[in-house]
Amino acid sequence: MRNPFQSEADAFRFVWVTIGYFALIVIGSVINRWLGFAVFIALTALALWWLFGRGEVEAPVKQVPAAGPPDEHRILVVANETVGGPELRSDIRERSEGRTARVLVVCPALNSPLRHWVSDEDQARANAQARLDQSLTSMRSVGIDASGEIGDGDPIQAIEDAVRTFRPDELVISTHPVGRSHWLERGVVEKARERFALPVTHVVVDLNADRS
Amino acid sequence: MTSHAEVHEHHGPPPIHYSSRVSPSVLGMFLFIASEIMLFGSFFTVYFFDRVVNHGINGQWPPDGFHRPVFVALINTLILVTSSATMHWADTSIKKGNRAGLQAGLVLTLCLGLTFLLTQVIEYHRLRFNTGDTSFAATFFGLTGLHGAHVFVGLTILLVMTIRAFRGHFSPEQHHGVEIGGIYWHFVDVMWIVVYVTVYII
Repeated sequence: MRNPFQSEADAFRFVWVTIGYFALIVIGSVINRWLGFAVFIALTALALWWLFGRGEVEAPVKQVPAAGPPDEHRILVVANETVGGPELRSDIRERSEGRTARVLVVCPALNSPLRHWVSDEDQARANAQARLDQSLTSMRSVGIDASGEIGDGDPIQAIEDAVRTFRPDELVISTHPVGRSHWLERGVVEKARERFALPVTHVVVDLNADRS
Repeated sequence: MTSHAEVHEHHGPPPIHYSSRVSPSVLGMFLFIASEIMLFGSFFTVYFFDRVVNHGINGQWPPDGFHRPVFVALINTLILVTSSATMHWADTSIKKGNRAGLQAGLVLTLCLGLTFLLTQVIEYHRLRFNTGDTSFAATFFGLTGLHGAHVFVGLTILLVMTIRAFRGHFSPEQHHGVEIGGIYWHFVDVMWIVVYVTVYII
């Protein structure tokens, strides 16, 4: 079945199709009530055939990712402002050493509640992408096989999305130190430990100490 | 650096399952439209039930003494269809990087939508019947009022989109807010055409 509302242009086209559909029915009804009914039946049958009966099979949009080789170790890293921290980088490097490891770094696009509710997340995603790109470059420079993606603004949701698609063997959550971290205040690490059947490691990155 | 690891016994979320051949975002739009169709469908069911029952009793629809403002509603239909065209113009403009076109399109759509809603409110005041006068009046106000509520929601979305457009948001690469808002507006337009034909014409 084809959704007529997949894009704005599709929906706009559907408006005109609807106008044509009802215009023909009304014209038929004005001429003769039964003609109007016949037009209604014919057009409805045509619409149903177009939606269901054409035998078109849409290509799969997304499939379950293939599991990696048995000896591959998958590490899911969730971090935002601390994504470029040296502690995190060295921790991942230690975990990757001596085995085939694949790292997925997820950067939640953190946003203010107001911007979230008005769907204004372009800037939040752009900021997260910039941090992610910088972090991936630095990880790859030390030989870590890392890829990355922008996640939901809610870190737990971002982890859940990534767990479903990446199938990690372990989870690393990077935060600021206690007192500066909103994630720790909200109990993100504890919630992740309760929710996901994975070894969860909490890495604290003190960006202030790193700068000084 | 603080680092420690724990293994938990309980099971996590079920594995991902995308066998429906529909992406989550499209599926979300499907479910939204399906829920809206069911909502409007229930109102239409009441309307047609009332019409069939009462038409059988006195042989006239609408009942004697009830005059529907067909011409004003036709003008309102043209206004709403035009607003769909301006919405489409806004969307195609931002896809081409034309910010002025986006802003003009959204402002025009907002004005046309407001005109539609104000005209409907004025027309409500001019009608010589009210919600409590027969089941016809109740279903008439129910259907048109339900649609009016959707127009109000659409106008709120349009207002946010317009403010964002004037604040420099959206680009040819990132215009999801315009796309989704546009789909909702066209859906509201489609529903009005159904309401107009059903309640005012047939």
